[in-house]
Amino acid sequence: MDYFIELFFVGLTRGSIYALIALGYTMVYGIIGLINFAHGEIYMIGAFTSFIVATVLSIYGFPLLAIVIVAGLAAAVWSSAYGYTIEKLAYRPLRKAPRLAPLISAIGMSIFLQNYVLLAQTSDFLPFPELIPEFDFMEPVAHIVGSSDLVILIVTTLVMLGLTFLIKFTKIGKAMRATAQDKTMAVLVGINVDRVISATFVIGSALAAIGGLLIASHVGQINFYIGFIAGIKAFTAAVLGGIGSIPGAVLGSLVLGLTESFATGYISSDYEDVFAFSLLVLILIFKPSGLLGKAETQKV
Amino acid sequence: MFPVKELKRSFLISIWFSFLTFPIMVIKVDAIERVVSWRWENMFFIAFGSFFISILTKVYFLRKERRTGRKKVNRELTEAFMQRILREPRFLYPLSLAVLLFALLFPALFSTYQTNIMTTALMYVVLGLGLNVVVGVAGLLDLGYVAFYAVGAYSYALLNLYFDMGFWAVLPLGGLFAAFLGIMLGFPVLRLRGDYLAIVTLGFGEIIRLVLENWSAFSQGPSGIANIPRPGFFGMEMSFDSGIVYIYYIVVALVVFTIFVVNRLQDSRLGRAWLALREDEIACQAMGIDKTRTKLIAFSLGAFWAGLVGVIFAAKTTFVNPASFTFLESAIILSIVVLGGMGSIVGVIFGALILILMPEYLRALSEYRMLAFGGILVVMMVFKPDGIISNVRRSYRFKKQPAKDVIE
Amino acid sequence: MTKTILNVTGLTKNFGGIKAIDNVDLDIKPGEIVALIGPNGAGKTTFFNCLTGIYTPSSGDIVLCHPNSEKEIRLNGMKPNKITEQGMARTFQNIRLFPTMSVLENVMIGRHCRTHSLILGAIFRGSATRREEREIVDMSYEILIKVGLQKEVNEEARNLSYGAQRRLEIARALATEPFLLLLDEPAAGMNPNETEDLVGLIKTICGEGQSILLIEHDMKLVMSLSDRIFVMDYGKKIAQGTPEEVRANPAVIKAYLGEDVDA
Ligand SMILES: Nc1ncnc2c1ncn2[C@@H]1O[C@H](COP(=O)(O)OP(=O)(O)O)[C@@H](O)[C@H]1O
Ligand SMILES: [Mg+2]
Repeated sequence: MDYFIELFFVGLTRGSIYALIALGYTMVYGIIGLINFAHGEIYMIGAFTSFIVATVLSIYGFPLLAIVIVAGLAAAVWSSAYGYTIEKLAYRPLRKAPRLAPLISAIGMSIFLQNYVLLAQTSDFLPFPELIPEFDFMEPVAHIVGSSDLVILIVTTLVMLGLTFLIKFTKIGKAMRATAQDKTMAVLVGINVDRVISATFVIGSALAAIGGLLIASHVGQINFYIGFIAGIKAFTAAVLGGIGSIPGAVLGSLVLGLTESFATGYISSDYEDVFAFSLLVLILIFKPSGLLGKAETQKV
Repeated sequence: MFPVKELKRSFLISIWFSFLTFPIMVIKVDAIERVVSWRWENMFFIAFGSFFISILTKVYFLRKERRTGRKKVNRELTEAFMQRILREPRFLYPLSLAVLLFALLFPALFSTYQTNIMTTALMYVVLGLGLNVVVGVAGLLDLGYVAFYAVGAYSYALLNLYFDMGFWAVLPLGGLFAAFLGIMLGFPVLRLRGDYLAIVTLGFGEIIRLVLENWSAFSQGPSGIANIPRPGFFGMEMSFDSGIVYIYYIVVALVVFTIFVVNRLQDSRLGRAWLALREDEIACQAMGIDKTRTKLIAFSLGAFWAGLVGVIFAAKTTFVNPASFTFLESAIILSIVVLGGMGSIVGVIFGALILILMPEYLRALSEYRMLAFGGILVVMMVFKPDGIISNVRRSYRFKKQPAKDVIE
Repeated sequence: MTKTILNVTGLTKNFGGIKAIDNVDLDIKPGEIVALIGPNGAGKTTFFNCLTGIYTPSSGDIVLCHPNSEKEIRLNGMKPNKITEQGMARTFQNIRLFPTMSVLENVMIGRHCRTHSLILGAIFRGSATRREEREIVDMSYEILIKVGLQKEVNEEARNLSYGAQRRLEIARALATEPFLLLLDEPAAGMNPNETEDLVGLIKTICGEGQSILLIEHDMKLVMSLSDRIFVMDYGKKIAQGTPEEVRANPAVIKAYLGEDVDA
């Protein structure tokens, strides 16, 4: 039973991290209908930025709490800056191009960023500093749920609540929803669509950066390639939930995290990634609208 | 002159990029030794680089704007010139003949080392032409193309390992296996929308690689399969060098065969249907074209070529392992098609030669190879989505009455 | 009683909560020109989409019968290309040509479902393939003469004028050799001269034995061409009959009141 609960929490933790990344995919898709293939790289850059900042600060002897806060902020700021810049450079000029052009551009951007980090930093796995300490009060259950699991769950929940608030009640959130529903109408009622799209990239990137920081400190190592697999999995989660739907992204992520955790725990860990990829292929074939998404008929 | 406002803009852009790349480019930490190195010179490069690139792109756009009218005519002229060279038998045939002659004499003129590199480049030409049918002509973005390449390579490796089958027997089989797999995969996925298709094929490619990696009993896992024999020549033993030259000629023959077939396909009832499908699927269906079947043919034909080249790859390197078949390989082949110009045979040939030979000869560049591939995909999409040689499709031109014959 | 070539009974199509088509019956006899009219949003285009397999009807039956055969074919659930093969072709209200292909090639695509050569034919290009290819070109050219586009034969489709694009759509549909042709607002955006040519063209096509189902807002055109008219409003059929009957029908007048009648 303990094993089951352990796997359950492992899955939940995984799922919440996927959710942080999946939200970026789903928001961008909801607004401009693009699979932002480079989103996984934004997450990777978030992890790298927090790694670099945290290590520098710890070398200069800053206290742990300051390190966590500054590294988290730096990751969010720089990832958002990357997200914003990528949209402007690689996607905005292609807004009227055929559908596959921005996707190819996104794939190019993803490869470019991977190799940019590879060349500027290293191809080795880097040891990520432990930013989340083992809490004493977690001692009795530590063999089942780690402290970092707890922190990840709490942070993710808070971030989700914040995002929900932002989308439901703020002006930019309303503009985002309006743009997602009908871009032409949004322009007509005076919404600056370019700004909304930029904001979407910024928010999605910041979420991914937080995910990057959390997972890096949880797993304890990073390299330039982590964005590819995490990106694909988060995308799988977004599609599973119904791409374009924000609650869908969260639900899909949790389902994927749990499935992976149980499948690797009870079946075999060799095929961990095969499960995710197979799930992706199967959903897209049998239910491309996902769990919470709406099936669309193209108007003719 | 260049307006001051633009200089200011470029200056701001260069500040932005200096900021953007600051943590990754400037700071490098050694977490174990606990030292930080500050590489300020990188910031300097980034700042200047982005400043000049931003000015250059601005100049490009300004000139484009100023000369839209005139340039269009110019462009049409150069295009018409290219079209004529590439279309009229009078020019095309002697030109192709010269190229073919050069290709045939290549091993005699250059070293074995060069020949070997050329073989690799030509293999990518074939891969590019195969993927071109799928992506360029039929408009299906296949990101898992490498899976079919892997199927070909492993067909030879495994059939040789277990059944001792020879290169020539496996060559067609490898192609057919890949095509068969293409049909099996294509059947359920080809009705998906374009971007979903791209992701499904990517997932499929990764699944194939991961299975090869993990199913050790079958494929010998990550360590791969070694000692695959080179192609035989009527049972004759060959020296290492002549073996390389022999494979080179096999690949040249395959290139010629591929060009011939792809050319004829594009210029047929089927090729027309592919183009039409790329432009409007619903209209196609309403005109009686079986969408799934037509796409399936393109998809499995592309797979067939990947399978053929896979067999040759295994024979050439005498060793296969899953690491040769990552997503990046698919991305390289896609870059070839995109750079060359989707749908254009000549473009794809140029694309493959540039992308594969350049890093081979400019060793200094080879480190930046993947960076460049990524960059090329973005830059091409933004600036020249048609590729370096946009498709000089043969469109049917109708002569005056009597309405009997057609020139291509 | 003469036979019907198309018999639609109880056709219904829901989009979520909206009934875009609600229990509509319609029939067409050989050689007839039938018009389907109604205000914008009445569900006419959706009706075409259901007939041609682009949408799946929610309920109802669509039965097609070739004028020279007894066999009745139920079209529900058939793929669009299969339906076209049965002998019913259409044009689109929002023109859907293949924009970068030439005018001739657009029509040649229409020949696809009546020809056969495949991979091997394309590669070896034997005499059968060559003959087939020549027939495709010749026939397509003849159709272009019929619709008056022979001068533009080598133009790219996107460079044609609006009226010419509509005619090219008709040419492309004709190339599939339909016995029933569905035209969705063929005169929309045409000037009076072009409309006049269009009327001539429709008459020619009809004179060759093909039947036509026509959606059109130009009432003069509808009244002068149609043998019978069906009227839809809010997804329902509200009237049917000869032009005279329909013109006098109070329900029709009511449906169009407050709407701009385009004629
Ligand atoms: N794919 C679709 N999804 C949702 N609603 C649709 C779709 N296609 C058509 N409709 C709705 O069906 C109704 C009928 O539209 P349409 O058939 O185009 O009318 P008409 O051609 O008579 O002007 C409209 O309210 C339209 O919004
Ligand atoms: Mg309509």
